[in-house]
Amino acid sequence: MLSIVEIDRGTPAVKSDTQITLEIDGRSISVPEGTSVMRAAAQAGINIPKLCATDMLEAFGSCRLCLVEIEGRKGYPASCTTPVADGMKVSTQTTKLADIRRGVMELYISDHPLDCLTCPANGHCELQDMAGVVGLREVRYGYDGDNHVYAKTKQGEANPHFVAKDESNPYFTFDPSKCIVCSRCVRACDEVQGTFALTIQGRGFESKVAASQDNRFLDSECVSCGACVQACPTATLSEKSLIDRGQAEHSAVTTCAYCGVGCSFRAEMKGDEIVRMVPNKDGHANHGHSCVKGRFAIGYATHPDRINTPMIRNKINEPWRIASWDEAIAHVASEFKRLQAAYGKFSIGGITSSRCTNEETYLVQKLVRAGFGNNNVDTCARVCHSPTGYGLKATMGESAGTQDFDSIEQTDVVLIIGANPTDAHPVFGSQMKQRLRAGAKLIIVDPRRIDLVRTPHIKADYHLKLKPGTNVAVLNTLAHVIVTEGLVDEAFVAARCDRVAFDKWRTFVAQDKYSPEAMEAETGVPAALVRGAARLYATGGNGAIYYGLGVTEHAQGSTAVMGIANLAMATGNIGREGVGVNPLRGQNNVQGSCDMGSFPHEFPGYRHVGDAEVRGSFEAAWGVPLHDEPGLRIPNMFEAAIDGSFKGLYIEGEDIAQSDPNTQHVTAALQSMECVVVQDLFLNETAKFAHVFLPGCSFLEKDGTFTNAERRISRVRKVMEPKGRYADWEVTQLLSNAMGYPMHYKHPSEIMDEIAMLTPTFHGVSFDKIDQLGSIQWPCNEQHPDGTPVMHVGEFVRGKGRFMLTEYVPTSEKVNATHPLILTTGRILSQYNVGAQTRRTANVMWHDEDRLEIHPHDAEERGIKEDDWAGIESRAGQTVLRARISERMQPGVVYTTFHFPGSGANVITTENSDWATNCPEYKVTAVQVTRVNQPSEWQKRYQAFSDEQQALLDAAETP
Amino acid sequence: MNIERLVTMANDISRYFAAEPDEAAGAAGVADHLKKFWEPGMRKRIVAHLAAGGEGLDPLAKKGVERLAELDSKALAAKG
Repeated sequence: MLSIVEIDRGTPAVKSDTQITLEIDGRSISVPEGTSVMRAAAQAGINIPKLCATDMLEAFGSCRLCLVEIEGRKGYPASCTTPVADGMKVSTQTTKLADIRRGVMELYISDHPLDCLTCPANGHCELQDMAGVVGLREVRYGYDGDNHVYAKTKQGEANPHFVAKDESNPYFTFDPSKCIVCSRCVRACDEVQGTFALTIQGRGFESKVAASQDNRFLDSECVSCGACVQACPTATLSEKSLIDRGQAEHSAVTTCAYCGVGCSFRAEMKGDEIVRMVPNKDGHANHGHSCVKGRFAIGYATHPDRINTPMIRNKINEPWRIASWDEAIAHVASEFKRLQAAYGKFSIGGITSSRCTNEETYLVQKLVRAGFGNNNVDTCARVCHSPTGYGLKATMGESAGTQDFDSIEQTDVVLIIGANPTDAHPVFGSQMKQRLRAGAKLIIVDPRRIDLVRTPHIKADYHLKLKPGTNVAVLNTLAHVIVTEGLVDEAFVAARCDRVAFDKWRTFVAQDKYSPEAMEAETGVPAALVRGAARLYATGGNGAIYYGLGVTEHAQGSTAVMGIANLAMATGNIGREGVGVNPLRGQNNVQGSCDMGSFPHEFPGYRHVGDAEVRGSFEAAWGVPLHDEPGLRIPNMFEAAIDGSFKGLYIEGEDIAQSDPNTQHVTAALQSMECVVVQDLFLNETAKFAHVFLPGCSFLEKDGTFTNAERRISRVRKVMEPKGRYADWEVTQLLSNAMGYPMHYKHPSEIMDEIAMLTPTFHGVSFDKIDQLGSIQWPCNEQHPDGTPVMHVGEFVRGKGRFMLTEYVPTSEKVNATHPLILTTGRILSQYNVGAQTRRTANVMWHDEDRLEIHPHDAEERGIKEDDWAGIESRAGQTVLRARISERMQPGVVYTTFHFPGSGANVITTENSDWATNCPEYKVTAVQVTRVNQPSEWQKRYQAFSDEQQALLDAAETP
Repeated sequence: MNIERLVTMANDISRYFAAEPDEAAGAAGVADHLKKFWEPGMRKRIVAHLAAGGEGLDPLAKKGVERLAELDSKALAAKG
């Protein structure tokens, strides 16, 4: 069912420079060439009856309801499949058309149940609407004959056409008895999502919708994106929440709080209860599409595990004590002040989160810099995309991706490095698949055979299956081919790049040691594939690079980002639509939290704290002197805590005890501190080590903005009141006031006004402006009043593009006799990051435990079979996971996800990190895998500790 | 703060700048990076470690830390 507020114009919008003028029912109208008669009519306010047409899908022309008459043409063409022509005269309503439509509707209704009043789609059913529109008054055929409606025939026998309702999917039902076989669900699965899980099975009256080979939906290839549910004109595919609660009565546009795509949604509500989330067709990042997380996995927001009152305890082995807000805030302020008095100004700090809004993260870093008087603030981008910030700033001058998502519509060659968009950025993954099906070429650089290597109607032209840890080596070989085979875009380099740096780089990558042949043994990638891929990227037209954490989370993460920027600059693939360097951000506000000055060395807008002029502007606005030296990064904070010099930490929305590497080191650090304050929804892993718990808000309770991977600032709108009384920004403000640094914001929009005033790239941003435009891509200022979809047009932000040398330095994490395998980590579609949200939803039906993926050869050598317990040991620690035998892995490489705390994926990962940013080397850990029959010692200790912490929570006392 | 960790981090940085054909430029790169991104306490530690012999530091890392010591003392002097 469509959104309750959106208008469906029947066929997709068409872009064309040529306008066509035609006459519909006597009205003259101009539309772009290629537009359908149906859409043109809708634009003129004439809604031609339709069933199989919807503007999310290409015209299909099967329902025969949208017929029109066109002067000078024979018969009754379908308006959805008929393009407009100059001077065309269309009649949408005549006696003949009315007769035909009534006849068609009569046939539809003769095989459809008449239970409208008790049907979940009642009031928003398109079939019901059309029956009304065409004036259907009788159905002469009856239900005695063949039908799909009743389980039994009149004679009491089983009806062979009847298929029972499929309720296997946790979020929606499929009721074939209500199906009109319009194919909208099948086409949505194909055209929009690109999974091809649905089909029309059988012919004629036997035709029916089936999920992969007649499976139940849950057992099929369906990825539960919901596109089919949205496309269904009847109640055949209906959200279970809609069935339970009934139709929504109002809706609000907000932004999804999961991955970096940042989809726009309409929260359809009844009072303060959510009926369903519907992706916004006007959403600039997602154009009406969604995934299983954003559309369905929102139950965590109202989960009974939510903690809605502040709590305090002196030691982590004591029960929690429920406290009032006043008491909790006063306690934190007094503890932080005590620590600063006893251990110095630099003994405390704060951590912001990519799950928080721009306004919230801005306020936390302001509290740290102005209230605590130091720069000990960091954010979870430390462990994901900090190398992106470093590498792109060094080469091009701005710490952000260069394009908007829609840029891919103009891309000829897609180069994906260390990213798995169909799992981790599914909605953009679908857009990418659309472009690939339309003919764009595809190069994938990944140690694993990710889905895009081979998926329906898509096959990668090159898959460079490199050994984990050799990204820079592979990038250098690609550059070597481009330089030595004369594939450099010399004109671009001459006009746009720093000549000296380029010449130095050209000599550097041209060295024989970086030829694909010389590097083959190191990278594991056949030289011929490297040469082919380099030629394709350099000469195949618009080349666009998309990369993810498989690039950044390495000892050479920043070097690899610079290597990527070098490739794009050398081939002239920067500064226009269709090209660029595109970091796919893991969490939805990674870009924003970095923009907002969450890093210890930078003010908002990526300006160093040592820059006196910039610091002066903040000192003037904030009214206090600010420290001019970088503060501690998260891993530095841990070291300092263990050292005894770092004692207090305010953590908003992060779960470092699960997400950060070398868990045992992290928990030792947390245990060394005297006041750990966690502001979150749940008693997460970090909160188990906390002394104060402050209730946080879900995105449904927030007002503010998120900035997605394409620098797009979108509004997050509050649809329900904060469950713990205060919004997150208010909590930070209360704490700041209690610490003696006054803040007096009345609404988050005032915080954005301050950000805009102090940050040149945000000068033009305000809530009003975002409301007016829908969303804004920064830079948005005097030069770019409506924002900037594509950066570095005409000139790089830093002036000339700077090529950086990218020596390949093999990681110190090497396989040897005791640790002969490489473990690499990643994500899965249905779960999100540490899983705190998605584990508390029905998404666990797709993934209820983290598994160890291992190649059959490696498994056989170790006597490990599918589902066996496999012990994984690195030099950092040990854990046990069940095995999944998989040829997606190459021999010598094992893989797991990190969505469940008990899995202990980060007990294994080490403290190794990117040289420039300390982003952890999550993607390369030398391990041994053995068959075992019990959990690891760490897991036993974890379980006991976790149980104890749960008991201490359950025993929470009200004074 | 664990000095072995700091030594490893400084060496990691120096291995990036080792690609620089001009060694002085490489050392300057290391020093600039440390100055920009390391908290002052960490910088003091690594400078003190070098003064005590700099065990474990790669040659370029040593040169970089030397350069950092100069930068930091100059900045200190400028602040008075």
